[in-house]
Order: sequence, then structure tokens, then C-alpha cells
Amino acid sequence: MVQGHAIFRRRKELRKALGSAVYVVFLAAVLVSVVGLLVLLVDIVTGGIPWLSLKLILNYPSRHPEQAGLWPALIGTLWLMGLTAAFSVPVGVGAAVYLEEYAPKNRLTALIEINISNLAGVPSVVYGLLGAALFVQWLALDRSVLAGALTMSLLILPIVILASRESIRAVPRTYREAAFALGATDWQVVKGVVLPAALPGILTGVILGMSRAIGEAAPMLVISGLLFVTFIPTNPMDKFTVLPLQIFNWVSRPQEDFQGLAAAGIVLLLVVLLSMNAVAVFIRNRYQVRSDE
Amino acid sequence: MNSTTGAYVLEAENLHVWYGEFHALRDVYLKVGRRKVTALIGPSGCGKTTLLRCFNRMNDLVPTARVEGRIQFNDEDLNADYVDPTDIRSRIGMVFQKPNPFPKSIYDNVAFGLRINGYTGDMDEAVERSLQRAALWDEVKDRLNKGAHTLSGGQQQRLCIARALAVEPEVILMDEPASALDPIATLAIEELIRELARDVTIVIVTHNMQQAARVSDETAFLMVDENRSGYVVEHGETNQMFTEPRDERTEAYITGRFS
Repeated sequence: MVQGHAIFRRRKELRKALGSAVYVVFLAAVLVSVVGLLVLLVDIVTGGIPWLSLKLILNYPSRHPEQAGLWPALIGTLWLMGLTAAFSVPVGVGAAVYLEEYAPKNRLTALIEINISNLAGVPSVVYGLLGAALFVQWLALDRSVLAGALTMSLLILPIVILASRESIRAVPRTYREAAFALGATDWQVVKGVVLPAALPGILTGVILGMSRAIGEAAPMLVISGLLFVTFIPTNPMDKFTVLPLQIFNWVSRPQEDFQGLAAAGIVLLLVVLLSMNAVAVFIRNRYQVRSDE
Repeated sequence: MNSTTGAYVLEAENLHVWYGEFHALRDVYLKVGRRKVTALIGPSGCGKTTLLRCFNRMNDLVPTARVEGRIQFNDEDLNADYVDPTDIRSRIGMVFQKPNPFPKSIYDNVAFGLRINGYTGDMDEAVERSLQRAALWDEVKDRLNKGAHTLSGGQQQRLCIARALAVEPEVILMDEPASALDPIATLAIEELIRELARDVTIVIVTHNMQQAARVSDETAFLMVDENRSGYVVEHGETNQMFTEPRDERTEAYITGRFS
């Protein structure tokens, strides 16, 4: 015992005090972010609620705040999201499957991997300029919702690819081996075992990507311009505007009333975002239940 | 010689395996008797599992692996260029060390192999027959649509055996199939192996001497040399191996003088 005292300086009181101090610091870190978010939400919701009405949803934009609505922007956003999902999900998941399941592990694939990660950090306005040059000009798609969706797809592809790869990589190797040992081909293993097991994680990546896309104003500003759109897109080649641009438009007006409209627009944007996520979470849970219950 | 009546199903001759520069298995000769249980025993790292995975071309999936030598499967050369490994794997099934059912329902686990191999018969009937053969049917017949992960470890391993049986393989390779199971579940697997050996050839890797003695007709003893390469020391009838081994190293190993 005496020897033990000589070797160990246990300092229990100090260690316990340090533990409590660290706990408080981490708790404070959580509170700062949660409180910040809450204040923001409360501010927007209280500002927006008086302006939330069917008229806001179904009317076209107007110079008169009491008649202004964001119907074209809402429909434009839905068009943009639908087309973006249609492009980015198959391409993103396909790229992830190729990189994880087929590509040889060499310098070239390592380089591709690093670049995909880097692309996720490129400012979104850069994608807007790229889209304007590539799709609007070169492919002559004009300022169409198709050009917008292709641009948005490029923007969120790195997010979808990275999340899908993580998720595919997390599928235990033993599942793949079991399938191969039954005589499955590469594609049968991917389709029958890997993708179903990775689906929840892939959907999470799609949610993240789509959530990013729905709120982006900068690249769409470059593609569609700050149009005063008084019609709704009926095909992918139509001109369009989106909710963030309509909100941006209203916020930049001097009249007090338009600030309220902008807040209401943000609330609506959040509703669209949350319902989109709810659908994805619903699909995800359905698939998870099937394996464990 | 008829391809399904010869005395041996698998014959390895002058078989070598490399993983990159590492010579994992050297100069293996081994004949696997038809409808017999052959146990592969030996200390850790002696290449038992590597040898097992040569028999269904699973080493093809390891990019650095290189297999040389000949393995005869009935009348064919298993490693010939024209042989499709997926075809071999549907005829030589495998059961793994840890139970690895797919995260799907019990039914879909068994049906998976049938579906990917284009089975056109009655699926329900084939699933039931496979589960019967794996002695699992009575325990799961009322919950075929439940997830496979709701089963106990021993049940999961029998489900994996049912999954392998569904595609009607001639041979089933088992890599320490009971090492993750409790003694009672282990006993159930061993009984099942004896039962299956009436119409299927089984090659089983095991660390457990008693298990090898209980379930196998023949035993091959592998060791590693000073270069960490595995090789077969002795192969013969299990009874003879355990009562009067020809090689003193075999005797030392099975009496527990080294492991």
C-alpha cells in the first residue's frame, strides 16, 4: 500500500472536477446551437404567420403585398427537385457502386475519391457559373428548369456519392461472400444484397443532397436570373423560378409587408423540405423494419 | 467413369496458393471422398481455410491471391479458363464461420440462391424442403416472413445451411461452422452434418479435435513450416488418425501438445 501511494498520484478530486467542467462545456456547445436555431425559427414563424394563407400559395407574384403569392416559385421548386432527384440519384448511386464494388483500388481511383470529396466543398455559385456555361450556353438549354436541374444535380452529386459509398462500404463483407458462394454474379450480389442493405444510408445521402438543393439560391440566380415569373413551368424546357429566389426578391424590397411575405415564404420552404424528408425517412424505416422484425 | 459416381469428388494435386508474395499453401495433394465428411484440422494459420476456399474458387475474390496446381472436380479441371466460377459455386456451396444470413426474411434467405440461379420450380416447396433438410423447418414454419436476424445463433447457422442446400450442391464447404455457437447448438449442427453426409459431400474446417473425431470420416492434418507456408502432413481415415497417427507431429497435435 505504501509503495502504491508512492507510484500513483491519483488526484481523484481534480479528475472529477475536470470531468464536470468538460460536461458543462459540451452542454453549453449544444445549447448555443439549439438556442440559436430556436430563436431563428421563432423569429421567422412569428413574422410569417400573419401572411400564411392559401392566397400566398396559389397567387402569382404581385407588386401589391396583399395579393402577392409564390405559386410559380413553389411549382418551379417541385419541378427542380423532381428532375434533380431523377438525375442525381441514379448517377450518384451508380458512381458509388462502381467505386466501391467494381473499381480496382489504385492511384487513379484514389485521385477520383479525393476529387469527389473536394467537389463537395466547392462554393455553390461556382456550380451556377459552370451550369450557365455548360447547360445554358453550350447545350443551348436556355434558362430552363432542365438546365437548372442539371446544375443542381452536379452540385449535390458529391454529397450523394459520398454518403452512398459510406453506406455501401458498411455492408458486411460476409453478406457479399454468402451471395458469391451461392453462385451469384457481381451484379446479382450488388442488386440482391448490397443495395438493399445500403438503402437506408443511401436515402440519408439523398435527403442531405436534396435539402441542400432546395435551399440554394446562388446557382439558380445565375441560371434562371431574377425573373418576375408570372407563369408556371409545364415542361422541362420552360423558364422557372424557385422559392429561395422569390424569398430573396421579397427580402430585397423596401416595403415592410414584403418582409412578412418573405418570412412566410421561408416557412413554406421549410414545410416542403420537411415533407420531402418525411417521405424519405418513411421509406428508410420500412426497409429497416423488414430485416430485424 | 461416371462423373457422379466416382470415389472422389474433389482431388487437389500439387496445389499452391500465394497471397501477393506470401506462399500460403504449398504442394497440397488431397482427395475428398464422395458423400463423406472430410475434416481439415491444424494450428492457426496453417491454410485450412485457404484450402477450403480453393474448392469453390472463392480465392478469385481476393485480388492478390494466386492459385497454381490442379483441382479436379468430378471430371473437370476446376481452375480451367473456360470454367465459370459462379457455376462452380452453385454446385459447391459454402457455410461460413460466423452465421451470416442476409438481412432479409427467413424465406427470402433460402429463396435467394434459387432466384439468382433461375429456379423455375415451386419456390415455396423448395424453401420448405431446404429448411426440412437443415432441421429448421419446425422451428420457423410459422414465421417465414420474419427477419433472419430474429433467430438464435444456432438457428441462423442452420438457416445458412438451408440456404446453401437450396441450390442442390454436390459439395458443401464448412469453415468452422460451429465455432461461434454454444455447445447445444454445436451438437445440433454436428448431427445435421452426419445426416447431410448421406447425400452430400462435406469438407469441414475445424479447430475442435473432438468435433473432427465426431463428425468426420476422413481427416487431413495441416501444419505451417518455417516460412509460414501451410502443407498437408497426413490424411487418412479419422479413426486411424486419432488412434494410431502415422506422423508424430499429428500425434503431438491431436493429443494437445501444441496448438
